[in-house]
Amino acid sequence: MEATANIENATGEKVEIMNDVVAQPNVDDIHETVGSPFCENAKMAMRDVQVYYGDKQAIFDVGLDIGKNEVVAMIGPSGCGKSTFLRCLNRMNDTIDICRVEGSLKLEGQDIYDPKLDVVPLRARVGMVFQKPNPFPKSIYDNVAYGPRIHGLTNRKAELDEIVETSLRKASLWDEVKDRLQSPGTGLSGGQQQRLCIARTIAVSPEVILMDEPCSALDPIATAKIEELIAELSENFTIAIVTHSMQQAARVSNRTAYFHLGKLIEVNDTEKVFTNPEHELTEAYITGRFG
Amino acid sequence: METSTLFAFLVILMAAAFFLGRGRSLAQAQAAGGVRRLNSLPSYYGMLTLLWCGIPSLIVLSLWLVFDSVIIQQLLIQSLPADIRALAPAELGLKVNTIENMALTGMTAGAAPYELEAINTLNQLRGTSNTALTGLALLIAALAGFWGWSRIQPDLKARNQVEGAFKFILLACSCLAILTTVGIVLSVLFESIRFFSMIPITDFVFGTAWSPQMAIREDQVGGSGAFGAIPLFVGTLLISFIAMIVAVPAGLMSAIYLSEYANSKVRGVVKPALEILAGIPTVVYGFFAALTVAPMIRDTGTSMGLSVSSESALAAGLVMGIMIIPFVSSLSDDVINAVPQSLRDGSLGLGSTQSETIRQVVIPAALPGIVGGILLAVSRAIGETMIVVMAASLAANLTANPLEPVTTVTVQIVTLLVGDQEFDSPKTLAAFALGLMLFIVTLGLNFIALHVVKKYREQYD
Repeated sequence: MEATANIENATGEKVEIMNDVVAQPNVDDIHETVGSPFCENAKMAMRDVQVYYGDKQAIFDVGLDIGKNEVVAMIGPSGCGKSTFLRCLNRMNDTIDICRVEGSLKLEGQDIYDPKLDVVPLRARVGMVFQKPNPFPKSIYDNVAYGPRIHGLTNRKAELDEIVETSLRKASLWDEVKDRLQSPGTGLSGGQQQRLCIARTIAVSPEVILMDEPCSALDPIATAKIEELIAELSENFTIAIVTHSMQQAARVSNRTAYFHLGKLIEVNDTEKVFTNPEHELTEAYITGRFG
Repeated sequence: METSTLFAFLVILMAAAFFLGRGRSLAQAQAAGGVRRLNSLPSYYGMLTLLWCGIPSLIVLSLWLVFDSVIIQQLLIQSLPADIRALAPAELGLKVNTIENMALTGMTAGAAPYELEAINTLNQLRGTSNTALTGLALLIAALAGFWGWSRIQPDLKARNQVEGAFKFILLACSCLAILTTVGIVLSVLFESIRFFSMIPITDFVFGTAWSPQMAIREDQVGGSGAFGAIPLFVGTLLISFIAMIVAVPAGLMSAIYLSEYANSKVRGVVKPALEILAGIPTVVYGFFAALTVAPMIRDTGTSMGLSVSSESALAAGLVMGIMIIPFVSSLSDDVINAVPQSLRDGSLGLGSTQSETIRQVVIPAALPGIVGGILLAVSRAIGETMIVVMAASLAANLTANPLEPVTTVTVQIVTLLVGDQEFDSPKTLAAFALGLMLFIVTLGLNFIALHVVKKYREQYD
């Protein structure tokens, strides 16, 4: 294994790290995901997913199931493709001209990359919360009512009010904003804005919620609130979350998927990943030797 | 010495100052033990010496050139015989002019003796002035340069002083633009005040009849002179309004298409094409309006049983609208591109279509900026001259009917100032008053537009 001798000087440390790198397997040799990427009651099932940006391949042969009402965390070093993979799940990558997705991606057995499939209702079923809070420059009320309005979920004001209230309650934001629903959403604090975005997403009653590093722009208190919220939401929704914080993955998820250079290395129950990882790369990452 | 030769000499002196200053600092560095002992790099010492050599001398040179001719003229008048000096200012000016012309061309045939005397005096004065200027400029350059050179010490903060000098030069350049603006505004303002002393300001601002022909002789027929600016402004606004009806939807939608839908290939073709549209000289638009569009509109109107003037507001407005399309389009394009992608992603991620996203999120977010851009376009339309000179009429009709001929403020200014003028008649001075009003209107619009755009910018920062 790696050098364990207690080396004090800087040169010695360098040697240790170099040993470490040598000890790691070559990523090109990895063709299979270790652990349990698939599950029984899969809400979304992905097989052999390849993603290309122009000529450059970003995702290699990824196969992963996301179970119903499960929280799956995706972790890995920067540029490992976890956000790219997440954005495939509701076809947000369509907005990038040069991006091309191959393989089978199914939502309840239905191929989401079927050319005949309408992407608009798909995105209503698979909602997304982004890295940076992005409330629309509208009032808090209109932000939440935006989705229900465009999807024609209701025509009656009273019903819409109710949807707005329940969504804000589910996002634990109601008590903070109920007196100023008509003030602009951009005037809220960062954490509140992100919860507003979550409320906006759940207002269209999606089945799956994708979260792309939802707390990376937030302070620890706001982060704690969002994490609490994720636990509550998992009762009703299936959640896939990309995060840079391993503590966060450990706190909120049922299963954890570790990505490395576009490959899915390991998927296991979160507890197992963080206490007894199967793959050396996973271990190296969670013990903080790179990433 | 010619001013240009003097200038060349100064440049040579400045270059020499640079190398002398640099050399002195290098020598001192060597004595002190290396360039690192100096406060600044040797080239900064050279630059500082150069600035000392150049700036005072150039300031004196430019001041001299500004006041030179006035002073010489005064001295020339002093030297004239008393009976000439006693003439009225206008006639005296005429005499001085004649003398200056004769001195310039050397054609002195038929000149009175006192005039020949004056030509001599003038040539002498000019010679003295020139010699004095040359000597003074070179002396100042040498003295100031030497002083700057002698100041060089290892601990002289040359780098900071050069920094300060550059700040001053930049400031002076930006003042140039401001001073020019102030100068133009003041000249227009003073001429306008002269106009308003002849025609009451209320008649001008609220009058509804425009007929600037004044009788020059007592017995001249026609032209009583009426200076009501309202028909002109109504005509301007009518044509601008038609132009904006064309330009705003077309420009805005092409901007939306280009920034939201078009792929890079299409954008690569359409954007340059729009820019070509912006590059067409307005005079070309003008004869396009006058020779192609206006007859077409007239014939179409006639075939529908309408009586359309061949110089209708519609023709000028339509073509002006086409001219402004790229303006509106590129301003809106910038603003739409400034809307963060995260907002589009947010909307698309909720399952809205692209057009819903554009209508409900992108445009509302970009709206203040778009409004600002449109206001800038309006002020451009109001100030546009060439198209209306060629395609709009001269008849100051007070009408809102786009099929009738109207005239605009700019057209009238052009008409008033083309040809031989007498600059003390209200007819000519009216042009300045119109210019002032136009300036105030466009300034107000620009002010509002910039304010709106600024407010928009604060939203995402």
